[in-house]
Amino acid sequence: MDAFQQLLNGFAVALTPMNLLWCLVGTTLGTAIGVLPGLGPALTIALLLPITFKVEPTAAFILFAGIYYGAMYGGSTTSILLNTPGESATIVTALEGHKMARNGRAGAALATAAIGSFVAGMIGTLGITFLAPVVVDWALKFGPADYFSLMVFAFVTVSAVLGSSAVRGLAALFFGVWLGLIGVDLQTGQARFTFGLPELLDGINVIVVAVGLFAVGETLYVASRYRSGKDEIIPLSGSLWMTREEWKRSWKPWLRGAAIGFPIGAMPAGGAEIPTFLSYYVEKKLSSKPQEFGKGAIEGVAGPEAANNASAAGVQSSPRQSVRCAGGSTVRPSHQMSPSSVRAQLVKIELRAIVLIALGFVCSPVPGATPKKPASGLIAYRRPSSPNFIQAMSSPIVSTVHPSSVGISIARLVLPQALGNAPVMYLTSPSGEVSLRISMCSAIQPSSRAITEAMRSAKHFLPSSALPP
Amino acid sequence: MTMTGGSPEEPTARPRPAIGETIIGAGVLVLAIVMFWQAMSIPVSPIYAKVGPTVVPMMTAVALGMLGLLLLIDAWRGGWQPEEEKAATPDRAALLWITAGLVLNVVLIGPIGFTIASIILFVCVARAFGSNRIVRDALIGAAFALVAYFGFALTLGINIGSGLVESAIERVIGVEGG
Repeated sequence: MDAFQQLLNGFAVALTPMNLLWCLVGTTLGTAIGVLPGLGPALTIALLLPITFKVEPTAAFILFAGIYYGAMYGGSTTSILLNTPGESATIVTALEGHKMARNGRAGAALATAAIGSFVAGMIGTLGITFLAPVVVDWALKFGPADYFSLMVFAFVTVSAVLGSSAVRGLAALFFGVWLGLIGVDLQTGQARFTFGLPELLDGINVIVVAVGLFAVGETLYVASRYRSGKDEIIPLSGSLWMTREEWKRSWKPWLRGAAIGFPIGAMPAGGAEIPTFLSYYVEKKLSSKPQEFGKGAIEGVAGPEAANNASAAGVQSSPRQSVRCAGGSTVRPSHQMSPSSVRAQLVKIELRAIVLIALGFVCSPVPGATPKKPASGLIAYRRPSSPNFIQAMSSPIVSTVHPSSVGISIARLVLPQALGNAPVMYLTSPSGEVSLRISMCSAIQPSSRAITEAMRSAKHFLPSSALPP
Repeated sequence: MTMTGGSPEEPTARPRPAIGETIIGAGVLVLAIVMFWQAMSIPVSPIYAKVGPTVVPMMTAVALGMLGLLLLIDAWRGGWQPEEEKAATPDRAALLWITAGLVLNVVLIGPIGFTIASIILFVCVARAFGSNRIVRDALIGAAFALVAYFGFALTLGINIGSGLVESAIERVIGVEGG
């Protein structure tokens, strides 16, 4: 009943007009950025982090949650109507949603996406409220082997099920793996497949790949063929309402999508993409009309859309992850962190700095932004060519570099947090061992992959009381 | 990510071994060889002697190599493009216009800024879709580009590539974008 009491309390806070307004702002903004390819919720939230210094924490949380949910929904609109996913978690939606739109069922596809998002979001939110402690304990028990299995499972699902040919699916999969390998290996700090180009050290963003494949690819395809007969531009035709049959085919996928999305979203590296693929696979297997998949099956829209919203709820269920950067999903500030963890948070746990400095990034210290506490030895650097941005942070032993403009502006925004809010996460393993993980907000390189080894060197910044026993 | 239902590119030949698909298969094979060669050159620290930074790249290269071969076999057996797509001849001029627009955009966005580069891209793509009214297209493109630029600059504080036009406008209306 404790949870129930707290829930009522939560409603009392959330339903004040001001907070409702923040919610409206968040969802509107979120839907807008969801529609725009190239701009995801993680990036937006990271950019809006400074707002937490101006508004009260509750309002900021409401705003950020609104953005996240809005983006999940907004992304589906462009997926369905334009075949251009605005967000990586809505790539799957494009597969069936766009086909439905071509069949004149765009309205129904949008409706099932919206209602499914709502239903699953509700289930996910209720799930958080009552199950959060359980889910978090369960999620934190996931070890490297479990994550590896989850990834392999997702890969196999993606490649073997989405296409008509396993060979082509697998070829696309491994090509994708290759794209993902480009950049600095987070474990060992070695540059892979960068061909000596510093721009590639940060890897290739999945949104860039998605826009290239779906937006540019679609444009080329349509432009090269539209004159040869078929009309490719799809007006929003047909009834906006779902037919009785479509309702019947949607409600189960909604529930299953929620059941898949919520637990995976709660995992530290789950993200929202994997559940959408899994949901698609499950729906294709269970559908009474599997032959419709690939031609516009409503289950293929309803399930994944529910899954990505439920995972958005799951994402929030992990109270110990104040900044959560899982799989590029979301960044959330915490207001309960000790100042000591702040300095640690500034240490981006990556060895790539050495690589980059060796490559000749010329940097000079930034006067205003440097050490909140001189003893920490932290120095912020910028390049003469872009004086507005912090390019690197360094300490006597660890440093971090954000070679591209997005990372840089994030670093700039994170800095003020050194006044008192920073994320830190303790990981308890089943054996009872406690390890400290630090997350650094970077929309480009989300570091749920924070490396424990590098943590040891970061101890330098922490008073002994802040360290695990 | 997926290649469902046949790739749109290179739908040239109708006879038995499909040229477009052969190119794709050969490309995958070449990529695998380049990957293998590049993966060999990744230095491995002795600390990571067992599972180091080259393990997954090697696995990926080998897998892609085998898949490339399978794709080639597929292609020689006639490819995977659906019949109705083979029948249509692609509009090469349109493809050229779009490619040119993209290349120009990438090349010019640095030196002359987001707005002008976007206008050029917009005009090229409109041309590819059969529009001949360059001035009208340029104006529409300019409107979109400016809204996007100042949307980012003013609401989110991100500079998505300022250039001549942007700084001129900023000076006139007196805002500091980005």
